[in-house]
Amino acid sequence: MFYREAGEFKTSYAADHATFPIRFDFWRFWIIVALAFLVVPFLVTDYWEKAVFLPFFVYALAAIGLNILTGYCGQVSLGTGGFMAVGAYGCYKFMTGLDIKWDREVDGQVTEVVLIDLPGLDIVSSTILGGLCAALVGVLFGLPSLRIKGFYLAVATLAAQFFLVWLFNKWSWAYNHSATGQITAPESFLFGVAVTGPNAPPWATYLLCLGFLFVFGWAARNLVRGRTGRSWMAIRDMDIAAEIIGVNPLLTKLSAFAVSSFFIGMAGALYFAVWQGAAEPTEAFGIDQSFEVLFMVIIGGLGSIFGSLVGAAFIVLLPVFFKNLMVTGFGAWIVAVPLGIIIGVALGALAFQLVAWALRRIAPGAATRGGAIAGLAVAAAGSIYFAGAAHSGLGWPTDIAEHMQIITVGGLIIFFLIKEPHGIAALWRTTKERLRLWPFPH
Amino acid sequence: MKRLLAVALAAAIATPAAADLVFPSLSYRTGPYAPNGIPFADGYADYFTLMNERDGGIGGATARVLECETGYNTTKGVECYESTKGEGALVYQPLSTGITYQLIPKASADGIPLHTMGYGRTSAANGKIFEWVFNYPGTYWDAASIIVKHILNQEGGKTLEGRTIALVYHNSAYGKEPIRTLEVLAKKHGYDLMLLPVDHPGQEQKSTWLQIRRAQPSYVVMWGWGVMNQVAIQEAASIRFPMEKFIGVWWSASENDTLPAGQAADGYKAIAMHGVGMDFPIYADLKTHVYDKGLAAGAGDQHGSVLYNRGMMAAMLAVEAAKKAQEIHGVADINAAQMRDGMEALEITDAVLEANGLPGFMPTFQVTCENHGPPGLGAIQQWDADSKTWSLITPFIAADRQVVDPLIEEDSAAYAAEAGISPRCN
Repeated sequence: MFYREAGEFKTSYAADHATFPIRFDFWRFWIIVALAFLVVPFLVTDYWEKAVFLPFFVYALAAIGLNILTGYCGQVSLGTGGFMAVGAYGCYKFMTGLDIKWDREVDGQVTEVVLIDLPGLDIVSSTILGGLCAALVGVLFGLPSLRIKGFYLAVATLAAQFFLVWLFNKWSWAYNHSATGQITAPESFLFGVAVTGPNAPPWATYLLCLGFLFVFGWAARNLVRGRTGRSWMAIRDMDIAAEIIGVNPLLTKLSAFAVSSFFIGMAGALYFAVWQGAAEPTEAFGIDQSFEVLFMVIIGGLGSIFGSLVGAAFIVLLPVFFKNLMVTGFGAWIVAVPLGIIIGVALGALAFQLVAWALRRIAPGAATRGGAIAGLAVAAAGSIYFAGAAHSGLGWPTDIAEHMQIITVGGLIIFFLIKEPHGIAALWRTTKERLRLWPFPH
Repeated sequence: MKRLLAVALAAAIATPAAADLVFPSLSYRTGPYAPNGIPFADGYADYFTLMNERDGGIGGATARVLECETGYNTTKGVECYESTKGEGALVYQPLSTGITYQLIPKASADGIPLHTMGYGRTSAANGKIFEWVFNYPGTYWDAASIIVKHILNQEGGKTLEGRTIALVYHNSAYGKEPIRTLEVLAKKHGYDLMLLPVDHPGQEQKSTWLQIRRAQPSYVVMWGWGVMNQVAIQEAASIRFPMEKFIGVWWSASENDTLPAGQAADGYKAIAMHGVGMDFPIYADLKTHVYDKGLAAGAGDQHGSVLYNRGMMAAMLAVEAAKKAQEIHGVADINAAQMRDGMEALEITDAVLEANGLPGFMPTFQVTCENHGPPGLGAIQQWDADSKTWSLITPFIAADRQVVDPLIEEDSAAYAAEAGISPRCN
């Protein structure tokens, strides 16, 4: 059908190396990018910005970072929250003007020695510099990876997590000696438009974060399929063999830690400066963050850039989606109807499987037909019901909705991991393989 | 289940209601802070239900409470703010200092008032800088000062030289708030301050209390919230720390905090911003118009508890401000900016309290353009484990204004410089 390679011939190495060798994939990707950059900014509201898009972009960037380390290089890390904190505090210091000075006493005279006193930098440089700070710290905490592997390394990175959060609670220079230990992003402008602070329009912060995700997602994708990425994968698959064929474990592991922490640090910087606007270390960068990003990577798919995006979407967006469905609703039919149809069809598929399975025992001849009828009925009724629900909400009490949401998201995680232990990206890959052959399965 | 489905169906079909007064309730009925979040949310919702059922709304306009679950989590709190602000929200009461810090710039930019009653950013009491933020009837720094005053009274009223006061605090913006005031007061009164942070969610406090056991401070002051409170009181009991020397802030002062420790919690003290118990005429009205009609929020088992009363008080102050706003602007259907004017002109007198069925419930005060945090009074309440009740053991005492006011001035000036705000009220 439409998804096939027939008629597409590769006549150059460049074509052979293309990220999207299939025409359909190529166009689909660029259409989504065009929509994201050219259409969505005109539609995005405060709510969609703060609750849907910015969380997704920030966590997607962090997940790509962790995926480089864990998925491509095979080094387990539980220090993501701590590295995000380094990025955030680095960004904060550069935004507010980095200063390194101290008092020196000479013959009873106190003079101030100023080593560095920079003016405040703009958000893009601050974010990148914050990422670089995180990369440095990441390399430092990556050193044990040369000696230890697996669970032991996870524990070593866990130490980084707790140490860094403790440090940012304690070290008052890092938070400019503010009374509560909070850091607050000052207002900053890009091309005359506010991108941080309360007056930033939603489209500006949206485009900034999307820009970061696009540029660095692109970089990551090309990094992992180049020489660097292949040496990471060699170390992941068998470090001794990799060493024998000439891959330097020191450089490879530390470069993975550096690049990974750089991404995670930038995610932390955007998380603090653009999305939240203020942060306190214990809550914003706690161990929960580390686990959350690790779950994204595992559910999305280890060793896949696309998987990082899907995993982030799964973990970030599902709770918001269920909350809206069960309590208040989205209030717009244009959103509600497609969502209702998706849920309805998913339930219909489930009903088809269940009824067909049950009928196979009682009346094997009518199994498929009976299942199809039940499935269609459930799909139709479910679509209508859930479209209505997504529009105005189910009006459940908020605590029940919260508990139901936790149960449902947890259940879905288990479901997807049973269905495909290698993550949603692998599920997507097999679906694509099938689509290539469809409608002739052999 | 049937009722749930019926409600669900009705909600699925219903169209948005007509113009009414929207009071969002950023509540938390789940997670480690739920023991404190539930009673407050119930009290807040029940008071508005009472207004609608008994008085037919506020000045003729129906009050609508929009509840949104935050789990005391900053990110979810911001999500709740963004999702409800478009509904015509009049005032936000996030019941979380972390969320408050996030919302101060956002709400100020959006022009929606924020009422952070006895929490949030203390220096927001300076109305000259914080136009949209109110924290009457008191701030953390008032509370810290009143607690130290009480300790001073206990120690003979002259000096605290040679004494140590330990502060056990939630390691967040909330718990760190009083440190600066306690440091200044330490210089003034001569005590040593010992700082003991407890990390979220606060279930692990063994090492904290081991340190207290070793250092033997004369008093322990607590800035805790959620499960942290009950764990601290249990740990204090297990090292046999004298309960009457253990004083909590008004957020570590509810039945849900003391009950788990049983008899051992007897004598535990905390600061109070309002009266305790069900001995107020309003409960008769609540019974007829809300409880007996089956309209009570939540499980209905929190009535009369400290935090239920506080939720009710938060709602009462919001309603009075709304009435004031209706009076000033001559319309029933006020907007957020008009609500702010009402809050700034709010005056709570004995007559107002009496009319609301809450005589003597709290000190009277008058909000002004300059002062958004009056009156800054607090009483000390003590727990009696036998009767399982709190009782006020002191009258309402004033904070040390000579210490607190300059600190507010200094911190708000720093914020003004950071955010580029020029003072108003001239």
